[in-house]
Amino acid sequence: MRIAADVSPALTALDRPNSYIGRSVPRPNLARLTQGRGQYVSDVSLPRMVHVAYVRSPHAHAHIKNIATAEAKKSPGVVAVVTGAELAKVITPWVGVLTHLKGIKSAPQHAIAVGRACWQGEAVCAVVARSRAEAEDGCALVNVDYEVLPAVTEAETALDPKTPVIHTELGDNLTFERTLTAGDPDKGFAGADAVAEATFLFGRHTGVTNEPRAIVADWNPGEQRLTVYQGTQAPHMMQNLFAKHLSLEEHQVRVLTKDVGGSFGIKVHTYADEMATVALSKLLKQPVKFVADRLESFVTDIHARDHRVKARIGVKRDGTITAFEIDDLTGIGPYSVYPRTSGIEANQVVNLVGGPYTCPNYRARARVVFQNKNVMCQYRAVGHPIATAVTEGLVDLAAEKIGMDPAELRRRNLIADDAYPAAGASGIKFEQLSHHASLDKILTMMDYTALRAEQAQIRSRGIHRGIGLASFIEVTNPSAAFYGVGGARISSQDGATLKLDATGAVFVHSGVTEQGQGAEAVLAQCVATSFGVPIERVRVVTGDTDNVPYGGGTWASRAAGIGGEAAWQAGKALRANVLAAAAPILQADPKTLDIRAGIVVDADTGRERMPLDEVARIVYFRPDTLPPGFQAEFMVTRHYVPRAWPFAFTNGVQASYLEVDIKTGAVKLLRHWCVEDCGTVINPQLVDEQIRGGIVQGIGGVLFEHCLYDEAGQLLNGTMMDYLVPMASEMPDIDVGHVVTPTADSELGAKGAGEAGTAGAPACIMNAINDALRPLNAAPIVAMPITPERVLEALGRI
Amino acid sequence: MNAYSLDIGVKVNGEDVQARVEPRKTLVDFLRDDLGLTGTHIGCEHGVCGACTVRLDGEVVRGCLVLAVQCDGAQIETIEGLSDAGVLVDLQLAFQRRNALQCGFCTPGMLIGAQELLARGGLPSREAIREHISGNYCRCTGYQAIVDAIETVAHARAGAKA
Repeated sequence: MRIAADVSPALTALDRPNSYIGRSVPRPNLARLTQGRGQYVSDVSLPRMVHVAYVRSPHAHAHIKNIATAEAKKSPGVVAVVTGAELAKVITPWVGVLTHLKGIKSAPQHAIAVGRACWQGEAVCAVVARSRAEAEDGCALVNVDYEVLPAVTEAETALDPKTPVIHTELGDNLTFERTLTAGDPDKGFAGADAVAEATFLFGRHTGVTNEPRAIVADWNPGEQRLTVYQGTQAPHMMQNLFAKHLSLEEHQVRVLTKDVGGSFGIKVHTYADEMATVALSKLLKQPVKFVADRLESFVTDIHARDHRVKARIGVKRDGTITAFEIDDLTGIGPYSVYPRTSGIEANQVVNLVGGPYTCPNYRARARVVFQNKNVMCQYRAVGHPIATAVTEGLVDLAAEKIGMDPAELRRRNLIADDAYPAAGASGIKFEQLSHHASLDKILTMMDYTALRAEQAQIRSRGIHRGIGLASFIEVTNPSAAFYGVGGARISSQDGATLKLDATGAVFVHSGVTEQGQGAEAVLAQCVATSFGVPIERVRVVTGDTDNVPYGGGTWASRAAGIGGEAAWQAGKALRANVLAAAAPILQADPKTLDIRAGIVVDADTGRERMPLDEVARIVYFRPDTLPPGFQAEFMVTRHYVPRAWPFAFTNGVQASYLEVDIKTGAVKLLRHWCVEDCGTVINPQLVDEQIRGGIVQGIGGVLFEHCLYDEAGQLLNGTMMDYLVPMASEMPDIDVGHVVTPTADSELGAKGAGEAGTAGAPACIMNAINDALRPLNAAPIVAMPITPERVLEALGRI
Repeated sequence: MNAYSLDIGVKVNGEDVQARVEPRKTLVDFLRDDLGLTGTHIGCEHGVCGACTVRLDGEVVRGCLVLAVQCDGAQIETIEGLSDAGVLVDLQLAFQRRNALQCGFCTPGMLIGAQELLARGGLPSREAIREHISGNYCRCTGYQAIVDAIETVAHARAGAKA
């Protein structure tokens, strides 16, 4: 049996009797999803609802001379045909900048292009009809007269004087630049016995959520309220943005997020076509639905990772790393995405390179440039896969230069486990990490020595296998330092409201959201434990701005660490309130009572005194029997925000064992390991599955996924036939281990685990492929995705 | 509806349905939009992702690659019907216990695909399970939990028969 047994772990400081912390409790919302009884936004249908389809620019850059809509308006079922200029009377444009990214600039972006289209796929006209099919019929009849403009597609030449400037009012194509010098990098390189360098290339790829982006907007003029059903990770952020750009008060906007068919950072941004859909509902005074089709997803869902990083590392003969240097260039499309900006990924690369190591000497430059391709923005593990692949790729190149085993080189440079608190070269602060314990553990799990022996033994038979390692750090539990300080109304705090019902069951309303990670299970585990009821008596409500505490939602691995802590604290507060009511009924001091398994008991002996439903009955229906002046409060709210550290950094290490077919260039993944330290593990199975899912997403990036554009800015592979994603048959089984270093910033001690898999997988697989090819005198492969073609090129076979 | 619309009669989850549909309407759009059977999902609309998997006269098909008019006279089973009939109960429970779904969007198609494999009997290897579900895209899990859940049910069903 491979299904994990759900058993109580050994007692920890967090344990209360009947604790659910540390148990693999199944998620409460899974049964309906296995029965086809979920409610995704694409399933939502409302009375009088109409559908919108968008006419999209076939050109990467074009002046829109005229839009002829008369024929489309006559098409059967068509309700309205709306151009960008017409919609601009309803919704204001936005600019994706943040004040803490100094100098970042962008141009106003409209919900539907006005006058000019800046990438292939940008919406230029909306057709609203009774059905999606009729809306698409109408789109075919809209005649747009374009004057094609030169397209800026290459990031490398975007800043050249002869390259056209996409937004002339900005002066150049530079979105954002950051430079950083720490320690004395020149001295570090001068003191090195060897310097290794490479130019790492990362292929632009995208999230490919199984459910495309979907939104239903319902403006009700009678109520003067806008209800938006949206598959989003951040309902309150979207509430603010809908209100702001439609000139409404926030309380006039309700965002409802039910089931979401995958997000991964794709669904945490402002999309022009979704803003347009909301504006169309306001204009037409009826519900409007938009669901992206797969081609629309490929050309409008944010892309990510299109980075070119020139990098070098200095190392002494004894293995001491003396310096890191990087020069990162990334093209982010024609607009910085609103409101989180498209400067964050490059900023993260600067922050994270060299992060696991003690080396104090570091120079970095990152430049972010505009281009006429689809926009890029934050996608799962923002910047981490790039920074980790650059760092760990350099470490392996350095190990090769000095002839040292890559595991040993890491051991000699990873920040010591007893050296915390510590800071990385870029200034990032670490509360407590466990790089050495994690490395030791993974080397044991994979039996590194035996694996090396096996590798050497079968190489003599012409089988070329490689072993790759990648240590990494991961940003989780972000404080206001991420967005709030830059002026974005994206909450870093979160809240939980608990309500005891009249039968002794508990409702939890939380500001974090559920897109499949298991946030609702974690919230239920926290509340069931800290309040003291069986988990079946906890009902979780998320994704409704009218009915949950104000909060940030679920992104940057914050749901368990921040939302979970708020729920944990709320459970304790409700327990105190319930015991305050039970005490006079039981003629007892509340300090001597506890709640366990839904029953008020004597804390010392566990003797059952009164079930919760009886306490609730008396408080709700016979309050006259309670002492004069006593008022029971069976609804409480608690909030939490990390304050001691800007981010709860986590760490871990991954390893890959693979085989390269040197005739075809094909890579077969044999085994994969990950040891990860996310602090307190609330639900081991959910953490492991976050790691595994993240690793496979990282495998997609390193081996398969690539948004291919031609020089004219045309996406060449906008179908799932042509854009390759990981499918089951190519994926390995993945062993996951843990080191547990709780954060002291919260009582729960939980950090995030959502990015770790994606952060480390590309680096260790790249290293394993190079490890397999090294004895064949292949050039190191430092360009992703590592296709068979690139393997054969490295081998000099093509 | 247009002049070319056709009348069809189908049996969906055991229930007779008469409908007039446009020739261009796919089976999955017919199930979702006309019959409200939203458990069958739309992921790619070109036959790659498997989110729209249903059974047509007992055969597993992609609902996005079959037109509704092609189904005249046919029997169709969707996740709703198969759930209510109880034929997937052990698979559904195994998926829940093993967390073999995260967002759940691929799950109805994945379950129907897995049931097809298990209905052949025997004990499929992990490789055979991976191969069989390689036409069903899951972005969340990395597939291992799904393989585990299917393997567990295969063993349980084999044990029950033995």
